[in-house]
Amino acid sequence: MALKIVKGSIDRMFDKNLQDLVRGIRNHKEDEAKYISTCIDEIKQELKQDNIAVKANAVCKLTYLQMLGYDVSWAAFNIVEVMSSSKFTYKRIGYLAASQCFHESTDVIMLTTNQIRKDLSSPNQYDTGVALTGLSCFVTPDLARDLANDIMTLMSHTKPYIRKKAVLIMYKVFLKYPESLRPAFPRLKEKLEDPDPGVQSAAVNVICELARRNPKNYLSLAPLFFKLMTSSTNNWVLIKIIKLFGALTPLEPRLGKKLIEPLTNLIHSTSAMSLLYECVNTVIAVLISLSSGMPNHSASIQLCVQKLRILIEDSDQNCEPSVNACMKYLGLLAMSKILKTHPKSVQSHKDLILQCLDDKDESIRLRALDLLYGMVSKKNLMEIVKKLMLHVDKAEGTTYRDELLTKIIDICSQSNYQYITNFEWYISILVELTRLEGTRHGHLIASQMLDVAIRVKAIRAFAVAQMATLLDNAHLLTGNMQRNGICEVLYAAAWICGEFSEHLENPMQTLEAMLRPKVATLPGHIQAVYVQNAAKLFATVLKSQEGNTDSTAAQETSQLMIDRLPLFVQSANLEVQERASCILQLVKYIQKLQQKDVEIAEEVNALFAGELNPVAPKAQKKVPVPEGLDLDAWINEPPSESESEDEQPKAIFAKEEPKHSRPRHTEVDEKELARRREARKQEQANNPFYIKASPSSQKVYQDTPGVEHIPVVQIDLSVPLKVPGLPMSDQYVKLEEERRQKERAEKKKKEKKKRKEKRSGRGKKHDSGPESEEDITPAHQVDIVTEEMPENALPSDDDDKDPNDPHKALDIDLDKPLADSEKLPVRSHRETPKSPAEDGDTENAALQEPKKKSTKEKREKKKDKDRDRKKSKEEKKKKKHKHEEKEEDLLGGQADAPVVQSEETSEVVAPPTSTNPEVSDLDFWLSNAPVPSNTQEATTVAEAEAAPPPEAASGTAPDSEPDQPQDADTEEAKSSKHKKKKQKKEKEEKEKKKKKKHHHHHHHSDGGGEESVQNGTVEEEEPLPPMSNYCLLAENSYIKMVYDIQGNLQDGSQVVVSVIFENKGDSFLKSMEFNVLDSLNSKLQRPDGSGPHDGLTVPFQLPPGVSNEARFVFTVQSIIMPQKLKGTLTFIVKNEDSSTHEKLDFKLHFTCTSYLITTPCYSDAFAKLLESGDLKGSSVRLEGVNMPFHHLLARICFHHHFSVVERIDSCASMYSRSIQGHHVCLLVKTSGQTVSIDAKCDEPTLLGNVLDEIKQTFSQC
Amino acid sequence: MIKAILIFNNHGKPRLSKFYEHYTEDTEQQIIRETFHLVSKRDENVCNFLEGGMLIGGSDYKLIYRHYATLYFVFCVDSSESELGILDLIQVFVETLDKCFENVCELDLIFHVDKVHNILAEMVMGGMVLETNMNEIITQVDAQNKMEKSEVNQDLTYSLFYLPV
Repeated sequence: MALKIVKGSIDRMFDKNLQDLVRGIRNHKEDEAKYISTCIDEIKQELKQDNIAVKANAVCKLTYLQMLGYDVSWAAFNIVEVMSSSKFTYKRIGYLAASQCFHESTDVIMLTTNQIRKDLSSPNQYDTGVALTGLSCFVTPDLARDLANDIMTLMSHTKPYIRKKAVLIMYKVFLKYPESLRPAFPRLKEKLEDPDPGVQSAAVNVICELARRNPKNYLSLAPLFFKLMTSSTNNWVLIKIIKLFGALTPLEPRLGKKLIEPLTNLIHSTSAMSLLYECVNTVIAVLISLSSGMPNHSASIQLCVQKLRILIEDSDQNCEPSVNACMKYLGLLAMSKILKTHPKSVQSHKDLILQCLDDKDESIRLRALDLLYGMVSKKNLMEIVKKLMLHVDKAEGTTYRDELLTKIIDICSQSNYQYITNFEWYISILVELTRLEGTRHGHLIASQMLDVAIRVKAIRAFAVAQMATLLDNAHLLTGNMQRNGICEVLYAAAWICGEFSEHLENPMQTLEAMLRPKVATLPGHIQAVYVQNAAKLFATVLKSQEGNTDSTAAQETSQLMIDRLPLFVQSANLEVQERASCILQLVKYIQKLQQKDVEIAEEVNALFAGELNPVAPKAQKKVPVPEGLDLDAWINEPPSESESEDEQPKAIFAKEEPKHSRPRHTEVDEKELARRREARKQEQANNPFYIKASPSSQKVYQDTPGVEHIPVVQIDLSVPLKVPGLPMSDQYVKLEEERRQKERAEKKKKEKKKRKEKRSGRGKKHDSGPESEEDITPAHQVDIVTEEMPENALPSDDDDKDPNDPHKALDIDLDKPLADSEKLPVRSHRETPKSPAEDGDTENAALQEPKKKSTKEKREKKKDKDRDRKKSKEEKKKKKHKHEEKEEDLLGGQADAPVVQSEETSEVVAPPTSTNPEVSDLDFWLSNAPVPSNTQEATTVAEAEAAPPPEAASGTAPDSEPDQPQDADTEEAKSSKHKKKKQKKEKEEKEKKKKKKHHHHHHHSDGGGEESVQNGTVEEEEPLPPMSNYCLLAENSYIKMVYDIQGNLQDGSQVVVSVIFENKGDSFLKSMEFNVLDSLNSKLQRPDGSGPHDGLTVPFQLPPGVSNEARFVFTVQSIIMPQKLKGTLTFIVKNEDSSTHEKLDFKLHFTCTSYLITTPCYSDAFAKLLESGDLKGSSVRLEGVNMPFHHLLARICFHHHFSVVERIDSCASMYSRSIQGHHVCLLVKTSGQTVSIDAKCDEPTLLGNVLDEIKQTFSQC
Repeated sequence: MIKAILIFNNHGKPRLSKFYEHYTEDTEQQIIRETFHLVSKRDENVCNFLEGGMLIGGSDYKLIYRHYATLYFVFCVDSSESELGILDLIQVFVETLDKCFENVCELDLIFHVDKVHNILAEMVMGGMVLETNMNEIITQVDAQNKMEKSEVNQDLTYSLFYLPV
């Protein structure tokens, strides 16, 4: 053995390593491919050896070769071998290789499940880390399902390094296995408040990514994110959150109001350009969402646009040019967001945008193009397009030119050609665009030509003339034969000339052009159209010639057809061949008749008679399914499976034949035939590409109700139509200008005549005034036929959603409590110790287990039976009722006091109420929250504070009522007592009703850090009184200060004191300075360079009646005792005539509670904590507490920063953690008016103080 | 989300390619070529963002790149990422490389692409940004390298001990 290893290491010394390989490749520049193939041979030899070091080296080289484009999937199994090495060095190489070349269809991935699971639970954190990193690249639905539970456990790992990776990879797991989202979400949410900033950032990343696709499901997290936004210092996290808010504000305009202030603060304070820009972007989103209802906000939008203009226009001399270019780009990007809702504000900056079109940077030009799209109006369309056409000529590189081309067409065709006043001009533009060489958008131009010619009837004559010219000059276009090349326009040209041939000046000439031999070089589908439309033209020509006395002309035409068509009959393209031979035979027949002097033009024309109606592209899809029709139902009984197996060979046999054997015509009775004919007609009537058989069918169709008869307006052209050669769109610009001027002049004249003259002619019936958008009349009144839709077309909301979008599966309601079936699959051997497949067979079990939900459930029930046969009935019953029980399997058997109780008492559980608690919480937060978002709201808080708490406690909170008007302002906060009483009564009634079916709820995680959310989640059905932690700091006749102290999540030695200053008088307060006398234990954090006794300037001034909040950070050393700090606020009171210097003393009371941070805790973790025996106990009794239990819990949660772990009737376990990591656990029980609290904590002094404070809170009630 | 991270030199030779979505090797090479083509023809003083690119593009995606001496660092990202944020991230990445390789140059990347991958793995995972703090990244990379070294030492002592004389 030892010898083998030694041999291996010696071998290794002679093997090529990665560096040698790279060097070798660099030395063989001429015959690189050959050199690499010898290297691959060597690698194959190395992989055959037993020594893992040699293998790992080989795999490492393969990873490099993969980057150079060599397929290394043949070594997948060896990669798995290296992955499973016990040495970290090799494991890392293996996982790296796997992450580079494994994907969903790599079959060896199946073999990795157990290895990855082993690595995930490795004691070495880097083994776990490397496995997570690798898995993030090649996770498959199977891996996601099998490992979801293991990864979820890692989310609570002790090492932050593992936690952050586990959190991040959950996003990939969700994508591949959407069922895991709901069970994992509570823990993910909990990680938003993880003490480690890296983990926090990962959780923010994941939730933002989820929320981006389905924002409405995450609206309820807004308070939590808001809190993070105001507390986090990590720019990356801030950017993500701010971007998320940008996506949320359109859904909830009230959110925007709250955001403005913190965002402006960030804008003023941050030095990071990236953060600044995202703040500006979100502010814009907020303004847009706010101003959509109110036009008076558009002034601020205007301001934004002006600022953006400065960004785009001015370049900072101090910056690198590329940075300026970046800002220019981003400025345009932000502008395009405004454009969508406020086009007018942006339109005034047209000059700037057009200027950007000349920028040397393509990215900036593309952005400007994008903006132009939204800026066109009837007035400026021609001018803008003219400018764009100039750019088309100048453009180098086809990508940008093609982009220009599509943009021109987009701009012109947008909202149903709304801005086009002169369609002749548009047709000329389209024809001009055909002169672009090498474009890939021939098809686009062609479809525009068709669309315009079909839908704008007035333009047909002109269009046909242009198309005839195009066909005549087809040789100019056939240079580019590639797919979608410019030759596609010939398809449109031929079709238009054929279909509307009655407008042709010289149909014979066009017919000749269409039958030129050169046509045979065009792509098949175009030739087919040529042939078919040649027939149409032929019909028209016949008609015109038959009127003449000389019949030879008509016969010559037929001869021409007969001469030229055989070329197409020989075509390799089936379609061309078939059409050509049909038509050839037809013409031959016609010729025969002609020779007999029979008049046939009428009949030939009848072949192509009928009018086409434009049908909307999605019309077919929108036809509603008639009632009672089930498209998925079997028409006949499905054949049994055995039968189908028997028939299969037959089917295959049948399939080989059909091309030759015509479908046998079984005898169908007349009725059936008639019915089918009718159906076909109907179908044809709806098909735009079907040429109607006879005028009569057309008539029938037009008579059908619901289809509007479209009037064709005669056009009176002011522009001479004949344009020799290819048209020039520029002419039209000039003509249009003249026309408009003329019109204006005429209008003036008319006004002078005081409108005596009767208005006549086209479009001169507009009022006076400066030339505005509406004043511009179309050159000729055109009737743009709207695309037809079937009757009762279904509304289209899912049109643009891609059914393959993986995020669609993640559109899951996250607020609903978890159902029993939603557990993540767990390795079964853990749970079923008695199962026979216990040892070693883990892989099998893991693979089989979650295949089908139903089987899984069955198995689980079985397991339950095994575990506890006696209680099985009871258990099943309970299962039906339990919600949010996903943690059950994690708990395993180790039951502790609260859990046991839950099992005993949770037999009657009401189903969750229909009202969505989170939503109403959000309402509560949006309408009244402790963090003031503007001065007015700050007042609200302050006033709510001023009201004595006992009264508030007995009243219900009007704000949390769901049907409460949206913006709760001061008046509502002060809502009359009368109203309160009424609600109180109602509430009492409700309570009585509910008493028996009291609902309870296991709180694993919903109690995020945000206070108001917690209030709500404790008991959904009953609104809680508004509470505030702000208490009075000091007050005099000028100013009032209230404060609240919160621990800092990220720093164990810091607390943040938020002070709300309220100006009570009617003078102006300024130069406020806040100072405290530091103690040994607690110190006010002062900026660098200031002395230990300097005061801090409050960063704002207070006009009369206004309040605002400032935050001060204190560092503390020991947190086990409460303490008080003396301080002074000095400020200047400024009246109209005088100003005085005033001061106000205060005492800051740091309670022990303020060092606690609301930390959610899972019941299993809680149980372990209690079991560990490290905690010391203490207890307290409260007498005469006269409030519902859930109010009591809410108070403890709110005022003392606890979260409910679990609640069973009149007993609840609660948890909190101090900023220095002390665990505080409470067990609260109530009976009558007595509440007993048993508490445990690893620091007895702290615990004693916290309990005293709790007691104090309730003694005040 | 980040869809791909590419490093190539002024001649379009790939120095690192990390795709967070599966493509065949051929498509990957095509993407690298196309990206190089798009990026290399741009002036030094134009903006660092690029839309389009047929293969990897799609309207939601952008190329965000920086050019350092002989190397282009290109990130292909969707609209959930902040453009300037990614530029900062590229800077962090390059600075981290500079710390880990001590004055990094193209040759370091050529010969130690595996190490570059390991550093990148501490920064971006599965297309999502894992860590933006350079010190944290370096700490983790160093700790893993130390582990690797100790394993190599074990190996060596073991083989030396048993080396036949």
